[in-house]
Amino acid sequence: MADQTFPLPGTLDASRSRGAALLEWLHSWVVTVDHKKLGILYIAYALVFLLVAGAEAIAIRIQLAIPHNHFLSPELYNEFFTMHGTTMVFLVGMTIIFGFGNYLVPLMIGARDMAFPRLNAFSFWMSAFGGLFLYFSFIGGFGLYGMGSAPDVTWWAYAPLTAKAFSPGHNTDYWALALIVMGFGTLGAAINTLATAFSMRCRGMTLLRMPLFVWLMVVTSGLTLITITPLTAAQVMLIIDRYLGAHFFDTQAGGSATVWMHFFWIFGHPEVYVLILPAFGIASEVIPVFSRKAIFGYPAMVAASVGIAFVSTSVWAHHMFTIGMTSVSNSFFVLSTMTVGIPTGIKIFNWVATMWGGKIRFATPMLFCTAFVFQFLCAGLTGIMLASAPWNWQLHNSYFVIAHFHYTLTGSFVFCMFAGIYYWYPKFTGRILSEKLGKWHFWLFFIGFHVTFDTMHFLGIMGMPRSIYTYEPDRGWNTLNFIVSAGGIVQAIAVLILVWNMVDSYLHGPVAGNDPWDAWTLEWSIPSPPPAYNFATEPVVRSRRPLWDLKHPNDPDWKYER
Amino acid sequence: MPALAQGPQSTPSILAPASTPAHEIYQLSLFVLLITGAIFVVVAGLLAFVVIRFRARDTDAQQEPAQIYGSTQVELAWTVIPVLTVIVLFLTTARIIFAIQDAPEPQSALDVTVIGHQFWWEFRYPKLGIVTANELHVPVSTPSAPEPTYLRLLSADVDHSFWVPQLGGKTDLIPNHPNAMWIDPQSPGLYLGQCAQFCGIEHAKMLLRVYVDTPNQFAAWVKEQQQPSAQPDPQDAAASAGRHVFETQACVNCHTISGTAAKGVFGPDLTHLMSRATIASGAAANTPSNLRLWIEDPNNFKPGALMPAMQLSDQETNEVVAYLATLH
Amino acid sequence: MSAIPNPIPIFADENWRLPSRGRVAMFCLIIGESAIFTIFVVAYIYYIGRSAYGPTPQILDVPWFNTVCLLSSSITIMFAERAIEHGRIRIFAAFWALTMLLGIVFLAGTAIEWKRLIYTDGLTIRTNLFGTTFYSLVGLHATHVIVGLLMLSLVMIFTLAGRVEQRHTERIQVLSLYWHFVDAVWVVVFTVVYMLGK
Repeated sequence: MADQTFPLPGTLDASRSRGAALLEWLHSWVVTVDHKKLGILYIAYALVFLLVAGAEAIAIRIQLAIPHNHFLSPELYNEFFTMHGTTMVFLVGMTIIFGFGNYLVPLMIGARDMAFPRLNAFSFWMSAFGGLFLYFSFIGGFGLYGMGSAPDVTWWAYAPLTAKAFSPGHNTDYWALALIVMGFGTLGAAINTLATAFSMRCRGMTLLRMPLFVWLMVVTSGLTLITITPLTAAQVMLIIDRYLGAHFFDTQAGGSATVWMHFFWIFGHPEVYVLILPAFGIASEVIPVFSRKAIFGYPAMVAASVGIAFVSTSVWAHHMFTIGMTSVSNSFFVLSTMTVGIPTGIKIFNWVATMWGGKIRFATPMLFCTAFVFQFLCAGLTGIMLASAPWNWQLHNSYFVIAHFHYTLTGSFVFCMFAGIYYWYPKFTGRILSEKLGKWHFWLFFIGFHVTFDTMHFLGIMGMPRSIYTYEPDRGWNTLNFIVSAGGIVQAIAVLILVWNMVDSYLHGPVAGNDPWDAWTLEWSIPSPPPAYNFATEPVVRSRRPLWDLKHPNDPDWKYER
Repeated sequence: MPALAQGPQSTPSILAPASTPAHEIYQLSLFVLLITGAIFVVVAGLLAFVVIRFRARDTDAQQEPAQIYGSTQVELAWTVIPVLTVIVLFLTTARIIFAIQDAPEPQSALDVTVIGHQFWWEFRYPKLGIVTANELHVPVSTPSAPEPTYLRLLSADVDHSFWVPQLGGKTDLIPNHPNAMWIDPQSPGLYLGQCAQFCGIEHAKMLLRVYVDTPNQFAAWVKEQQQPSAQPDPQDAAASAGRHVFETQACVNCHTISGTAAKGVFGPDLTHLMSRATIASGAAANTPSNLRLWIEDPNNFKPGALMPAMQLSDQETNEVVAYLATLH
Repeated sequence: MSAIPNPIPIFADENWRLPSRGRVAMFCLIIGESAIFTIFVVAYIYYIGRSAYGPTPQILDVPWFNTVCLLSSSITIMFAERAIEHGRIRIFAAFWALTMLLGIVFLAGTAIEWKRLIYTDGLTIRTNLFGTTFYSLVGLHATHVIVGLLMLSLVMIFTLAGRVEQRHTERIQVLSLYWHFVDAVWVVVFTVVYMLGK
């Protein structure tokens, strides 16, 4: 419909009824192959499920706020925490990164669309369907104990708990099948991103002139190809076990529970890097612009990203230090896990060096990114602690681990996604999000986050394991659990403020113009929101910051870049 | 090896080690904390400095700051230092891994086989001929008279994990994959833990109680456990009737009471039930009223436990409870 | 906020060449599929010799004929590619059809082998670990052959309808890349199942 991503229904053609216009508008979203609309669909889908999984988290925290609580039955609790994890990783994490990737990669490389627009649409709808199928499990069938059939085997679904003998209902089936379907969507998105970045860059944009966000999406997509596929394979094996009587993970017939663990974590560990790398990409775009400096050490950042992707495929068994591997194997995984901290640390140093000597404007995107750097540092350090296998023997499957990965996922990934939302919302919609509400969102979320997750570290140290629907009142965990839960409520309020901000600013926010942040990459050279064709003429670039070159013709980047 | 002063605490903290593996881990953790703490102070300090010092001031001219694109020396420096740090951390960690995992089993060790079930623990002492459940008794081990306990870890169904933080790190119980771990508790008392690998609906209530006994206490306990089950006093009509109910109902399909017709192995051995402080793997205190509630319907304490509600009449239930109460 | 002056082309490079997106996409798909196959191969290798009961790999007959057929189809598809590169559509069609025929023979041979294994030797996917890993690995490969044949037959139909021309060479090359991949996977599966496992 016309040139804009977001025409309001009924405003363009006064002669048609509002109903017909609305239908046509909705239809355009369903059949679209435009990367911008698909990007928005992905992000909207992710935000909806962020609220859903967040609600699950709040329910979990209410249940755990006091010992021996009866807010959730054991079965429902097990379903909620399994679904919380599964939803956050797959329906929120994977979708939002490909949402941002879809929207921004073509724009940042001066292309008209993704390499395969129809594959793009197919990938989105596959992922969307998979997620809805997963949630259908809450109402599909009676399930065990009458609580629906939502997956209740933890998000890592260890065998043989998932065998038909121990999970006779359909819970596990929903988990495996939904994720297999979503996996195909993810694979399509990854292939599309790689083909786009390699084959559709505008003239002059060599690989080493691509914005770091594009680089990180490329590395992420490459990693995805060999990350999601092991999960798909393992889940197919699980389905074959459950329905064709096979014995892959059937310990009664000589099958191996540890083989599932290896296969799952060969997926599971690189998966968290698949999630965090695009977040790094967002930070690498926001921090330079708001520090008013080029990113420090671009080639090192590229090398570190590729290095992280490679090393991350060798660390998986640090999730399995307690299963009885030999001391030599354990030592190897200690070394590989600590090694992956090196390129990750380098990135942190480069961000700080970018800010050094700058003129930092603490608008909302930069607030989130600064907090991200701090929190990611902490997460990396608790990661080093967990990498130390003996310490891991104590901390594995305790609340310390939950604290660590929420520091990486909430404290780093979500903070960067929020930064990305505040930063690119003007480009997507033509309006700027309210700074005032943004700051309320930031501070409330920051405080709530730290109240919850700082406290959780101590619970782990005090011996509280994870995946438990209640705990004994005489273990000294009561007060801390209550504090953790309180922090969760604060975070929920903060997220609701964001939702309100997004809706209200769309209707009443200040108009953005092409380039509200005075930024330097190609997406800021076109209107907000961009026309359907993106660029009227193909851009030609000579450096990593084409708009810097245009704004500073006496001092362009290409004179200094190496 | 220094004697550990830590005794048992009701909070099973990993910072209160009472056994050599836990202690070695604790010391390693202090070293790791020192290094990570130093890194934190330096990097967070730099970040804080940058945030304050390089904030844009309103009085700034509209000029952009000097654009610094990178520095090879700096990149090299902050690559080399982390590499060295990793090497140091790796070597210290590896040393502890080998010390704990590959420690040779001494002759004086006590062997216990732990079998994980959904949702209870089976403990067998093969050389002593003892079978019990949920509450583990081990002897105290002092530097002068070391008597570590070597646990062999098996599973009858799904994955579990044995975790008593004060006594050592956790090790998983995986079907078809025997594991082993050892502890040498240095201070008598009761140590708490629980299953640490999600094993199903009542994973949260698969609790652990480890009683570290003095040599005398342990010898007395062993002697008691080695006896066959107590015969109910013929004067005690309820108890005798209860034994009859137990032996003729489905109870015998799952439970063993040595010296009776009950030889089931699916559920815990009840021969010396009254020697335990809790029932249902720690889910409830071992009192007659709790026993009664449990037998009526295990869902009273552990909804989803694999023991079915026995559908006994009130009188039968009372009699069974009276009988079980004699099993010291 | 800033104003951008008229964009002046400041970089001119006549040699701006990028890889074809179809080729990149197919390479990526192959990488992803290789990862899936690797997991099934690892499972197969891990479980060699661990079946506690039931038929063992000794009952397998090495499928030399099938293998020769499938690997030859890589050669014939190469000739087909050459033909269409030079615009010789009739020759292309002939080699394309031959490729498909060889693929179908391979599948038929697999079906015959499985029929014998199931009905004579009593080996099914649920019999034991060998049955599980054998059928899933070989079956996964056969599924990829079927998908490949479907794509090949689509091209065949378009060719017979006279719609395929020299300008479609690149698409044909991308598709034959997939076919070569399927054959390469068979080399691995063959080695692991019929050489290593026996």
